[in-house]
Amino acid sequence: MRSGVGTRVLGAAAVASLALLSVMALVVTPQDVNQLDAVRLIYIHVPAATTMYVAFGITALASVLYLVRRTRAQKWDTLAGASAEIGVVFTGLTLVTGAIWGRTTWGVWWTWDARLTSTAVLFVLFLGYLALRRVGGSSDVRAKRNAIAALAASIDIPIVHKSVEWWRTLHQKSTAFDEETFLHPHIHGTMYWTVMLGLGAFLLLFAWLLINRYRLAKLEERVEDEGLERAIAERRAEALTGSP
Amino acid sequence: MTHVGYLIAGYGVTFAVLASYAAWIVGKKRALARELPPEERDPRWP
Repeated sequence: MRSGVGTRVLGAAAVASLALLSVMALVVTPQDVNQLDAVRLIYIHVPAATTMYVAFGITALASVLYLVRRTRAQKWDTLAGASAEIGVVFTGLTLVTGAIWGRTTWGVWWTWDARLTSTAVLFVLFLGYLALRRVGGSSDVRAKRNAIAALAASIDIPIVHKSVEWWRTLHQKSTAFDEETFLHPHIHGTMYWTVMLGLGAFLLLFAWLLINRYRLAKLEERVEDEGLERAIAERRAEALTGSP
Repeated sequence: MTHVGYLIAGYGVTFAVLASYAAWIVGKKRALARELPPEERDPRWP
């Protein structure tokens, strides 16, 4: 199966921007006054967390589009599943890079902080969603069940985002991505632009992964249908010839 | 540079996981495409 030219260009752009991000994050940007070089983990942690939001947001949107009768189509269920799987990968990376950064800055790998706990819950919820997608049934029943489960899991997305405001947390408040700080971020210069570069690089990679994961899911459906058709044809042939 | 081990772990895990996941998708896509009859294969979009 060949990728289109656009997908290849997207993949190359993702790799190039990730390489540039590594240079900016590990070589060009200065040390932080308090965190020293541990701040360099932020350049992958924040983009991973933001990509997680985008991935699960697409899953929720695609699930709504499936549940609405006027827009109902199998492609929305396939897209929701593909995006959720990538979202789980980025959530895992958010938790791991956050734990490493937490060890250097807070002195602990893990604490039952509202942001950390709600993110871990989100990870488990979408793992459950992916497991549920493997449960049998007709395609419509499965897709409806998947969509409802995705929307139920998505309730945790705004909780994760707002947890640093709703509860007193060890995790800092948003530095660059809320209404107050987006136009007037609390970080400056190359540090700010490296976070933005990281975000761009991770989103390019996410787009490439989503396109390819979606194509893979469509292929899985077709191979499954092909196998089913072949089995039916074989059974018919057996019935006609009378041989087992 | 401070925290070198933590930086290697953080960047190493991130890039290793993303590269492995991307390779798994491409590899499985190619393997499944071979299972389809040639006339069913769409070179651009399955």
